[in-house]
Amino acid sequence: MGQIEWAMWANEQALASGLILITGGIVATAGRFTQWYFGAYSIVAGVFVCLLEYPRGKRKKGSTMERCGQKYMTAVVKLFGPLTRNYYIRAVLHLLLSVPAGFLLATILGTACLAIASGIYLLAAVRGEQWTPIEPKPRERPQVGGTIKQPPSNPPPRPPAEARKKPSEEAAAAEGPSAGPQTNPIPVTDEIV
Amino acid sequence: MGNWVVNHWFSVLFLAVWFGLNVFLFVDAFLKYEKADKYYYTRKILGSTLACARASALCLNFNSMLILLPVCRNLLSFLRGTCSFCSRTLRKQLDHNLTFHKLVAYMICLHTAIHIIAHLFNFDCYSRSRQATDGSLASILSGLSHDEKKGGSWLNPIQSPNMTVKYVTFTSIAGLTGVIMTIALILMVTSATEFIRRSYFEVFWYTHHLFIFYILGLGIHGIGGIVRGQTEKSMKESHPCKCAESFEMWDDRDSHCKRPEFEGHPPESWKWILAPVILYICERILRFYRSQQKVVITKVVMHPSKVLELQMNKRGFSMEVGQYIFVNCPSISLLEWHPFTLTSAPEEDFFSIHIRAAGDWTENLIRAFEQQYSTIPRIEVDGPFGTASEDVFQYEVAVLVGAGIGVTPFASILKSIWYKFQCADHNLKTKKVGHAALNFDKATDILTGLKQKTSFGRPMWDNEFSKIATSHPKSVVGVFLCGPQILAKSLRKCCHRYSSLDPRKVQFYFNKENF
Repeated sequence: MGQIEWAMWANEQALASGLILITGGIVATAGRFTQWYFGAYSIVAGVFVCLLEYPRGKRKKGSTMERCGQKYMTAVVKLFGPLTRNYYIRAVLHLLLSVPAGFLLATILGTACLAIASGIYLLAAVRGEQWTPIEPKPRERPQVGGTIKQPPSNPPPRPPAEARKKPSEEAAAAEGPSAGPQTNPIPVTDEIV
Repeated sequence: MGNWVVNHWFSVLFLAVWFGLNVFLFVDAFLKYEKADKYYYTRKILGSTLACARASALCLNFNSMLILLPVCRNLLSFLRGTCSFCSRTLRKQLDHNLTFHKLVAYMICLHTAIHIIAHLFNFDCYSRSRQATDGSLASILSGLSHDEKKGGSWLNPIQSPNMTVKYVTFTSIAGLTGVIMTIALILMVTSATEFIRRSYFEVFWYTHHLFIFYILGLGIHGIGGIVRGQTEKSMKESHPCKCAESFEMWDDRDSHCKRPEFEGHPPESWKWILAPVILYICERILRFYRSQQKVVITKVVMHPSKVLELQMNKRGFSMEVGQYIFVNCPSISLLEWHPFTLTSAPEEDFFSIHIRAAGDWTENLIRAFEQQYSTIPRIEVDGPFGTASEDVFQYEVAVLVGAGIGVTPFASILKSIWYKFQCADHNLKTKKVGHAALNFDKATDILTGLKQKTSFGRPMWDNEFSKIATSHPKSVVGVFLCGPQILAKSLRKCCHRYSSLDPRKVQFYFNKENF
């Protein structure tokens, strides 16, 4: 499990916990349960957690799928610098936020889920992960036909481009397709655009 | 549109029946608990949330029964084989098993939310009426004793005014199992989002095994009999219609009405989930048995762009084009099984897969095979699964579009077409096949070795489609894609745009495979 970025899962879990806190809080407040003011707290805490966790951080390897419209929250979260970048701080913050909601049955599920998210963030922090904002890329105008290149001039099996320069070691490593050049049973026509 | 209906009518019907059953079960249970006299006194304390909770519970039972079935892939293969007389369109619906699994999961989440919210209100009502001292019907009912000597015919699970709802939740079987099940469900859902699944498959795979706690919890959830209704005997002696109004006089010696007596339900969830659980256990045993069968690796090829090709043999293995297998490598991970499309043709005397480095497991596998001087790691194979992509052979002209590793299903098809031509297979309608392989690096046709030149770079689809339409004005053209959603959208648009309105002229049919 070497390459797993735990923070990504912690982020999903925390976002779900935020929604559960909001739901539990609404139920407790609307139903005027005993100690319903904890429900009101839960709604506020849930909204805060959702806003904080909505912008997904950038993965270290590979491309990251942004959530819809997250760039506005990314700008806000970025402003807090190390407070939001560091996952130890997030782990402690979520743990503290989850405690008051634990007093009420309606929101205790939110407490449990947020505490689990806090634990996963702690694991992520121990492994040295941090939150990096996803910067918007400048839009390149797609060039029509720009990606079309000339096809190779020699028939298969073709060693990769590097091997044509260094035939000795590359050709051995990058074996071409299994059989030799195959004879086609029907005439083959080229349709190059 | 017509094409979509022809291909999808069975899915739509199936989903409509499933959804309809959900609605029916919900409404039926709701009305039962809302109207039945047996629960008259229970309703006096709880109101309509009793019926809400029970209705969602029934839907939860129904959906929990269904959720294990779509992931029994060997069972589905068996169904596919026995229903070979059914049309391919019908059998192809079995390929959408994971979509159905997700839909059922969403329904479970929805009903879990309804069930929990309803029970929160129920517990609050029970708590208030336990603490009430106004002599109302609700408070008298709540005072009915938990003492076993007097028959244990209590109604309110909260035994004393000092007991909090949290205490009752965590000390009753129903409450405790409910909390455990819900946490397991939430963890399963958050680790199964598309982003996590595609980026970190192991997190998804291991966390999803928490379903064991969900199933076990569901089985024992109802043991405590907290949902209580009046007993038959008590209803005969003191029917609520007669006696509810005179509740102050229940204890009078000369009253016709005696105190009502209550009993809990026996648990019924286990009846719903027993059969699917047994089927799933059989499925896992079968997977284990098949995995123990010996797989001989005949050839290992390392291609550029970190793509590994494995050619293998297994006794009794027979495949069709477009199918996929699950592969396990015990030296890398004991429990993980990963799906790969078969890239060999059925006519060849081996079967092969091409694996691209896309995460922990695949990178470790490629690294293990790169060591030229240590022994080759053992591989276990389960499969093949999936409906064969025989559709390609039904079209006179087929356009196959594969993006990146998505070229793999088409490799199998192209090679099979080549073999069929070699043997002059008369069933093959296909006269012309065009293959666009979109690769990100400047390389080579690593898969098929056919002499047909493959185009390089991103094609201009409009040009391609209009060329095909002009050169085959009267043909039916099948367009097949294995690749990203964005490409599917543009190809589908082109199919619509270039299909002639006259059904005798060129028609483009779009088919998408997704793995």
